[in-house]
Amino acid sequence: MTIGRRPLLAGLAALPLTACDRLDGSPAFRSLLRTGERLTHDTQRLLVDRSALAREFGAGDLSTVFRANGNVTAAGPAYAAHVASGFRDWRVRIDGLVTRPLSVSLDEMRRLPRRTQITRHDCVEGWSAIGQWTGVPLRILLDMVGVQSAARYIVFHCADRFGATPYYESVDMIDARHPQTILAYALNGAALPVANGAPLRVRIERQLGYKSAKYIERIEAVADLGQIGRGKGGYWEDVADYAWYAGI
Amino acid sequence: MPDARPLVPRHRLSTRLWHWLNALTVIIMVMSGLMIFNAHPRLYWGKAGANSDPAWLEIGSTGNRGLVRIGSVEIPTTGVLGLWRDANGVERRRAFPHWATIPSGYSLSSARLWHLFFAWVLIVPGIAYLLWSVINRHLRRDLLPSRAELRPSAIWHDVRQHARLRFPKGQAALRYNILQKLAYCAVLLLILPLLVLTGLAMSPAMDAGWPWLLDLFGGRQSARSLHFIAMASLVGFILVHLIMVVLAGPWNEIRSMITGRFRLPPEEEDQATHPEGEVRREHLP
Repeated sequence: MTIGRRPLLAGLAALPLTACDRLDGSPAFRSLLRTGERLTHDTQRLLVDRSALAREFGAGDLSTVFRANGNVTAAGPAYAAHVASGFRDWRVRIDGLVTRPLSVSLDEMRRLPRRTQITRHDCVEGWSAIGQWTGVPLRILLDMVGVQSAARYIVFHCADRFGATPYYESVDMIDARHPQTILAYALNGAALPVANGAPLRVRIERQLGYKSAKYIERIEAVADLGQIGRGKGGYWEDVADYAWYAGI
Repeated sequence: MPDARPLVPRHRLSTRLWHWLNALTVIIMVMSGLMIFNAHPRLYWGKAGANSDPAWLEIGSTGNRGLVRIGSVEIPTTGVLGLWRDANGVERRRAFPHWATIPSGYSLSSARLWHLFFAWVLIVPGIAYLLWSVINRHLRRDLLPSRAELRPSAIWHDVRQHARLRFPKGQAALRYNILQKLAYCAVLLLILPLLVLTGLAMSPAMDAGWPWLLDLFGGRQSARSLHFIAMASLVGFILVHLIMVVLAGPWNEIRSMITGRFRLPPEEEDQATHPEGEVRREHLP
């Protein structure tokens, strides 16, 4: 049997590509690639001081349109009712490995110490937008509920859904207690718009946008991420194999 | 019949090892990077930039046409960029086509997995090679141009020689000519460091730790644009490099980068009658 020259050449040219796709589909190769994530995480934690602040910008740097991505609303009649009432009855539950579980209303949030920051939001896709956020530093709430020493991660449970699955994300205690990590209820001086996660989203300023969960209704302190979703710590991590550590 | 021309040492082991490791790594970095670009095929200048902001470069499609827009200039690229058919003949509207990306089917998360793993394979051996090249004087002796070589007349001479496809013969073929030195130094000392630093400037964590990265490049979106331009320059270098290898005698060149040994092209017999023959000697040892 002879193979024509052109199909042969085309086949040879396609060989490395096919090989890459096969490697891409191999669980063993993917776990090798994932060592890069671990290495990046450890190196960045070593190089970047745990309290180093993300750059804050001036009012002149604000993006004219702050692009909303992912879910731009939370589904269901309950959320629609909250929108209609201006989120008067929205409460955030803080529980898990804490000494004094708490349920906080938006009004109570607004009476707590606040932080306003103009920061850059970096989407994993590659675009960036600069916005001004106002909210409660998460560490103030964590101190109020008394996080137990066994807790290593903070999980955000959200009201928006992909199909039937509510969004969720998690960070370690370094980012949870970072001074710029706030539960934001305002964007650019106005109440947080629905598209950007009303009434409350978290800002994780030293990681990519998908860590900054929107429509937050529950915050949980956990010892490990194995029991959350499918075990990788976040919605995109679980369904599409995105990195849990999104500092790069 | 055995070749009578001498087989002489040309490339040291560290250069050969790094060359092939880096060739593989750079190809993977470019192809996975193009897939990452596909997730948002627009480039901006400044601190921020998203869909409602003006992009200086955009790859997309309108109707049944694929196009690249640079500034206000639109270049039709149907079938290659912006709009193309995948291996199964299905029409796709993505910037770079399946044959140019890793993986071939759209996946930002997989491309990031490849890119951010091989970034370490680029950086760690790259820094080791650079340090070793300083220690063993490869950089100083073989790569950095001398003052005499940088004279415009000397560079112009080499440009003319290259244009006539006349490459160094005899002992001169054992050293890099000035155009090679400039190209290799640009890649090693300029383009690769620029790629690494602009890559780091896109990391929100590194921006917090090393805010000077943002000042150096004029913001994260500028860094992303420079990352793309540096990648395009590197691809340009690779294409010219491959053409030169073919023109200079591919088997001899490839053997020298694998085994280290190079078959010396004989001196031209009529060299004395070449006026350039003397000029060439002037700036060689």
